[in-house]
Amino acid sequence: MKLRLFTTRHRALGNLYLLLSLAAVAIGTLLSLVMRIHRVWPDTPLPFYGLLNPEDYLALVTMHGTLMIFFVLTIAPQIAFASLVLPEQIGARSMAFPRLNAIAFWIAAAALLVLLAAFFVPKGAPISGWTSYPPLSAIPAAGPGEAAGMDLWLASIGLFCLSSWLAAVNMLATILGERRAGMTWSRLPMTVWAWLVTSILTLLVFAVLLAAIVLLFSDRHFGSSFFIPAGDLVNGRIVGRGDGSPLLWLHLFWFFGHPEVYIAVLPGMGLVTSLFANFARRRVPGYRLMAAMLVAIGLLGLVVWGHHMFVSGMNPYAGTAFAVTTMAIAVPSTVEVLGWLSMLWDGGLRGGGSRFPTPMLFALGFLSFFIAGGLTGPILAQPALDSYLHNTFFVVAHFHMVMAMAGCFSIFAGIYYWFPLMTGRLMNETLGKLHFWLSIIGAWGTFFPMHFSGLAGEPRHYERLTGPATSFSGIVANERGITSAALFLAAAQLIFLWNIFVGARRGRIAPPNPWQATTLEWAPESAYAPINRGPYEYEIAVNEMNFYPQWESASKQE
Amino acid sequence: MPLEALCIAQSHLWLPPNGSLHGLAVDRLMRWNLIAICVCCLAAHIWLIAAMLRRRRREQTGSTALRWTLLTALCAMYLWMAVTAQHLWAQSRYAGPSLEAMQVEVVGEQFQWYFRYPGPDAAFGSTRPNLVDATAGNPLGLDSRDARGQDDVVSSVLVLPAGRQVDLRLRSIDVIHGFFVPGMRLKENTVPGLVLHVHFTPATPGTYPILCSQVCGLGHERMQAILSVVSPAEFEAWLAAREHVRTGQRDTTGAPVQ
Repeated sequence: MKLRLFTTRHRALGNLYLLLSLAAVAIGTLLSLVMRIHRVWPDTPLPFYGLLNPEDYLALVTMHGTLMIFFVLTIAPQIAFASLVLPEQIGARSMAFPRLNAIAFWIAAAALLVLLAAFFVPKGAPISGWTSYPPLSAIPAAGPGEAAGMDLWLASIGLFCLSSWLAAVNMLATILGERRAGMTWSRLPMTVWAWLVTSILTLLVFAVLLAAIVLLFSDRHFGSSFFIPAGDLVNGRIVGRGDGSPLLWLHLFWFFGHPEVYIAVLPGMGLVTSLFANFARRRVPGYRLMAAMLVAIGLLGLVVWGHHMFVSGMNPYAGTAFAVTTMAIAVPSTVEVLGWLSMLWDGGLRGGGSRFPTPMLFALGFLSFFIAGGLTGPILAQPALDSYLHNTFFVVAHFHMVMAMAGCFSIFAGIYYWFPLMTGRLMNETLGKLHFWLSIIGAWGTFFPMHFSGLAGEPRHYERLTGPATSFSGIVANERGITSAALFLAAAQLIFLWNIFVGARRGRIAPPNPWQATTLEWAPESAYAPINRGPYEYEIAVNEMNFYPQWESASKQE
Repeated sequence: MPLEALCIAQSHLWLPPNGSLHGLAVDRLMRWNLIAICVCCLAAHIWLIAAMLRRRRREQTGSTALRWTLLTALCAMYLWMAVTAQHLWAQSRYAGPSLEAMQVEVVGEQFQWYFRYPGPDAAFGSTRPNLVDATAGNPLGLDSRDARGQDDVVSSVLVLPAGRQVDLRLRSIDVIHGFFVPGMRLKENTVPGLVLHVHFTPATPGTYPILCSQVCGLGHERMQAILSVVSPAEFEAWLAAREHVRTGQRDTTGAPVQ
């Protein structure tokens, strides 16, 4: 793998984006392990650091969430994978704006550095969580880390908005304008449908986030009062000048924050559809319906943000409205899951031609988490139940299953699957399978028991159980189990790191089209004919290969 | 602390014992919802694993009737979830409290909860942020010029009589806090600049933890209090003692003191 830093080639930029995400996920995972260990042994000093203060724990929470959501789950499945294969998948030679792609990458890299710098300024990183609710985030005196640390956080996320915006413009322009002749809408691989939806979502919602961040920055430094109410008294000083509303931030933030979840998980849905078709050697049943449902999920995702605000003081009638739209999202999601399950069942995965290489295993893992994490969604969508479960570990379990784990498993599937395109080599299958089985056991063991802590009422963001909350002592054994599983899960990722670095240098040289796939990223360099096939033409018993790649012209098939 | 020790100890990983009137319906709904999604999750995983083990391949895509039936059944389930939950939500939040409901103000402040009772005049005195001074015994900034505030009782423990509806008036002085009483199945944020109302009826006497459920700064996890639900007679006695202390102090010093 030759890595060129200053490049405008989309595939090289895809690799760079993935390395950026790898750095972010490594740091984010370490932070979460420190939190898990601290929750179980709150009075044990950490090596190289000493005793963790309550504000340090909250800083870890904030930075863990910010790194994972922005720099891992937004970048890797969407921007990194799209840079890697999007142009080829639609028969283009490059992204529409190659230089813009490079600029977006460097802005994202700068954003990561600015974010990490927050650890090293006086009073450290911000403590207000990745959602940064004001007035806590608007008043530097409201807590440690809310001064310079918070400014760096805002600067970083502002840069990130800009980077995502540029990347999304590029993706959208590429998909709309660069498709090869014959690459009609119904011949797009499902990944391209997903990227189409996420790039539209990115354009719409990151613009709102950027606006919100500018307003918050202005409240902090230019004397405005968008989010600070009159007479607000923080740390002994009246800070409210005008009469702003903290709820305004919640609306702006969650208008971004909820679609963000779909930006993280839709590319995975597109990818596993392709992988299921590829490895089960089946067509995608109801391709148009499946594509339409991806679009429906994206569009509905724009009108559900209020389900994060059932107990925020929002009008209870608005709660009902948002509950109904949220419940509606369950319908297209169910269509997708039923489509996948029946495709897998009809394929008979041990039958002729089907295989279980590592990318397929991770795609199946994605499905497992998507189902298990998705099903708690309809519970949290009910304001009557959410007014108990809100901000408890039940929610932590829900989004770690459906967004974090499903998202990460789709990223793993994509990396194992496209590794030949990144490096020309294959990753080791035995290590890959070991990585999968240890990961899925570790991930279920970490996040499933969190539901029970949440049902018991354990709130998020508590570094330890003191005072009346010691009545939760029943969950301590559960917490120990979660921490052990988290350590196990993190340790299993060492196999993955080893497999990447060894695979990139000494892995088996990949044959052309190693997975016998149909989509165009596997086409030989010379194939540049117009497209006249669908993306998933498997189950064709005409030749011994039983499939037609999209790059083969119609005349050759007879 | 004796009060903390009185908190109902939880030894199991389930909802803590319910002490409120509306909580019974919440718990029932929660149980049915959890059963429903557990069945769905298990069935989907059995289907997934069976597909992984299945050797036989279907040549044609299987009948779509099964998928449509399943989709319809699942949509019916989502509809049932939406309707039952909305019913409960509407009951507890659409209508205001009954006219007999007792008024109590909840104030969140980094990192402490305060509870204010309006006293015999049944009206809260006005407060001003520039008067807030916890060390001088005025954590809520009560304005001594307002006669309605003369008899207000401020407590750091929330004591409520069993069986009487309570109308909580939620405020915050500084940042957003989350007023969470797991035992009462009750949660609502306290938002600076807003006065929010929630009402509920504590039913079972006992002691229940009150937590902060919205990260509010470095002392977030210490921001807790106790809800003590007592019999109406005990409550009257507690409040009368508090009111007596307050009135007596005002008589001697001429200014309201906690």
